[in-house]
Amino acid sequence: MAMATIWTGMVTVALLYGLAAGNGPAVAAAAMEGAGAAVELCLSMAGVLCLWMGVMEIMRRSGLSDGLSRLLRPVLKRLYPEFKQDKAVMDCISANVSANLLGLGNAATPLGIQAARQMSRKTPGVASNALCMLVVCNTASIQLFPTTVAGMRLAAGSAAPFDILPAVWLASAVSVSAGILAAKCFARVWRR
Amino acid sequence: MDLFFTMLVPALIAAVALYGIFRRVDVYEALVQGAGEGLGVLVKIVPPLVGLLSAVYMLRASGILELAARLLAPALSVLGIPPETAPLMLVRPISGSAALGVGAELISVYGPDSQIGRTAAVMLGSTETTFYTIAVYFGAAGIVKTRYAIPAALCADLTGFAAAAWAVRMVFY
Repeated sequence: MAMATIWTGMVTVALLYGLAAGNGPAVAAAAMEGAGAAVELCLSMAGVLCLWMGVMEIMRRSGLSDGLSRLLRPVLKRLYPEFKQDKAVMDCISANVSANLLGLGNAATPLGIQAARQMSRKTPGVASNALCMLVVCNTASIQLFPTTVAGMRLAAGSAAPFDILPAVWLASAVSVSAGILAAKCFARVWRR
Repeated sequence: MDLFFTMLVPALIAAVALYGIFRRVDVYEALVQGAGEGLGVLVKIVPPLVGLLSAVYMLRASGILELAARLLAPALSVLGIPPETAPLMLVRPISGSAALGVGAELISVYGPDSQIGRTAAVMLGSTETTFYTIAVYFGAAGIVKTRYAIPAALCADLTGFAAAAWAVRMVFY
């Protein structure tokens, strides 16, 4: 129900405030525009999504994902205790984390989706604690080299576009820790 | 350095393919099968994204984000976050492209090597488009009961913004 409340709230607030601020027609146009943009976005990511799911399948069959999983296992088994025996899920999460670290957002999403789908088989329709953890870890960026932002700074004439790296790492570490901590705390108090 | 990041993706794909061949996997068959599954996933993502993006676009067009940014400014100063970055923090969780746009503007107006410019860059580099990610993941997995995923993710975002401002001050000033 959380999404239902948020969505209804967003639409209602947009309508009422838009009317009050004289932006009514813009809001009307934006509803249609947003729906179109969603389909365009899906189409634009279709190729990448299929490609990376294909690459993931090669990694799975060749045993490459096993290696990756072994490497990340000590951390991941603490974050996802429910799935530490489930090889398919652990492989997908490991690939997702690796892609995130490398800053390959386009690759990380399909890999994470794969993990989410396999996790959801245990609890159809309900976000289990592990699924919430997966989403929280993916909404908090853990990218080692934020290339897009560095490119923007370079374009704006920065003397050293990558000089923000230590600050980005610090901020990322703090925000990921906060997310994990929040997820673990909520897991204890939230009813099913 | 630039070339390195550009070549990272093709190099990774080639490396995976070569390793597959070396392990005697029918690489092409595996690729095609995986890609086929991708199409099914995509079909599941479209509906939740249509719902979310139309609401996000409406909210943006209504002008309420500007109002919220003005109201938030005093509270941000108290926390040590430059109030100029309020619009960025408001759009960041709901739209990646809008956040890049707002961030690019902050960086060019205040200068890439200014405190505000750097804070905006670190905010962009250390957070993600939360609502989009949640819609895509839960859409693909067919989740309707999202439980505490949204509040927990927003906790991470809020902490991330404050941490970005704090880290820039600590590293540079």
